[in-house]
Amino acid sequence: MPNSSSNAPRVEIVGSGVVGLTCALAFAERGCPVTLIAGSAGPDASCCSWWAGGMLAPGCEMESAEPIIGVLGAESMAFWDQLDPKPVKNGTLVVAAARDTPDLKRFGRVTEGWEPADSARIAALEPDLAERFATGLFFPQESHFDPREVLPALVERLKSLGVSFRFEEALSDSHLEADPEADWRIDCRGLAARDKLPDLRGVKGEMLLLKTNEVTLSRPIRLLHPRIPLYIVPRADGLFMVGATMIESEERDRPTVRSMLELLSAAYALHPAFGEAEVIEIGVDARPAFPDNLPRIRKDGRTLRVNGMYRHGYLAAPAVARRAADYLLEGRVPEDIGTRGDYE
Amino acid sequence: MSLDLYGTTVQSRLLLGTSLYPSPAIMLESLKASAAEIATVSLRRESGTERAGQAFWSLIKDSGVQVLPNTAGCKTVKEAVTTAQMARELFDTPWVKLEVIGEDDTLQPDVFGLVEAARILCFEGFEVFPYTTEDLVVAEKLLAAGCEVLMPWGAPIGSGRGLNNLYGLRSLRAHFPKVPLVIDAGIGLPSHAAQAMEMGYDAIMLNTAVAKAGDPVAMARAFAAATDAGRTAYEADPMETRDMAAPSTPVAGTPFWNN
Repeated sequence: MPNSSSNAPRVEIVGSGVVGLTCALAFAERGCPVTLIAGSAGPDASCCSWWAGGMLAPGCEMESAEPIIGVLGAESMAFWDQLDPKPVKNGTLVVAAARDTPDLKRFGRVTEGWEPADSARIAALEPDLAERFATGLFFPQESHFDPREVLPALVERLKSLGVSFRFEEALSDSHLEADPEADWRIDCRGLAARDKLPDLRGVKGEMLLLKTNEVTLSRPIRLLHPRIPLYIVPRADGLFMVGATMIESEERDRPTVRSMLELLSAAYALHPAFGEAEVIEIGVDARPAFPDNLPRIRKDGRTLRVNGMYRHGYLAAPAVARRAADYLLEGRVPEDIGTRGDYE
Repeated sequence: MSLDLYGTTVQSRLLLGTSLYPSPAIMLESLKASAAEIATVSLRRESGTERAGQAFWSLIKDSGVQVLPNTAGCKTVKEAVTTAQMARELFDTPWVKLEVIGEDDTLQPDVFGLVEAARILCFEGFEVFPYTTEDLVVAEKLLAAGCEVLMPWGAPIGSGRGLNNLYGLRSLRAHFPKVPLVIDAGIGLPSHAAQAMEMGYDAIMLNTAVAKAGDPVAMARAFAAATDAGRTAYEADPMETRDMAAPSTPVAGTPFWNN
């Protein structure tokens, strides 16, 4: 446990999503006295980290993300591997219906780190998907975990480092306007920070939690589709997370029938046994994103705003948090993210 | 070179869709590279309540392009009409690209619903850009309903197959020499766009071919160049094709008159 050196700056973190928690850890590990303030009672349904798939899949994400996400992803995966519960490194399997083979070809062309998977390989990897798909792509290096196990574990780790928590303390605008009591305030409020980040927008996402004992999967499966690409992530106790829609909307509620139809159709297309699965939960929230869908660190007086993880919270946050600490404690400007395409 | 659509004059004959890009920033860069002056915006999914899609729409509006809202994903006349009315309010424009989808696999227009919805919307003062097939009779009925522009498909949406029915598209062009005809959907390559423009089509509308390219911005530039090339070629009056070779230089020493 690092000692808090007397001259290390005191840091106030606002927000208890994956960004707030990883920022708290980055500063605490460097000896800063850290206080984390959040309106929630702990990591819960009020932050969009709660609803995430928990896939650490930098290879697959390169399908549409910029190369910097791959860089941040590699760093973040090393970070998660050091923590308990450790991510399950079973890779990712990408499949498509026969009629959508062009999408699979394109996916392979724009990504790296995959091995071709014919029907025999698919059957070996996922026996329940045998005979269902003729071709796929297997990304052996990727991993997954359950965000709802990881977030509380992060809180425990922070407590052991002496971080103090002030949960259920919704900060007023005037508190956030005033200078922090600490030396630095790290604003990790996600979409709630829109008042200070006018170019931040929400991208609505809907997800489902299903339960069945009739299907067993060992790794996240991505089902490609020209309009509605979806994934299914296996979790403990027969649970499956099915996600996620991507809609240019700020809504954080109101899951629609259309979206549910799409998610459920994808699950059913992957395996008909999902037809009998129990619907455990319908989730909806909005991801905070900048126009280029890349994270940003912005300094504003004695406040540092860390935001814009988009759909890459777990993949980007630990690496971005490290850059935030480098920036404030060592004056190292995060060239690769900080100055990138700023709209200011 | 300019094109008149419901009294609005544009220089660019390329219309670009705004869906499916890796990020809004890349979408905006692609718009710029395409030199498009008109961009379609899908309302159906992004609408929700209380203008929740405003942040995304503002980015498009602020780029200076004219917004052509569409009714993508609508399957009934009622849905399409309601979406169009919502679009008019949100974007403060009488323009609407009318889509009434009839079939899930091909996303082909339900031409019966399309004509009915066009009739309702034209009556309500909308300036309707109907997404239709190359069918001549449907085209007649859309014009009779009050449409002044037609948007026939090249191939199913997102298929990238180019112009599937050349004969049908040629007849459509020949039948309606004065009506602005915009090829909408199915374009995969710049050569498809050039081909349509060479045939005398007035403009090209596309989305996936740019948005899903490895480098959308470069592809937008390529489509702009191809659309221009096709239009210039059409205006330059292309040569007729013939069955036999016709040497472009005299073949010296051949006593062809003796043959």
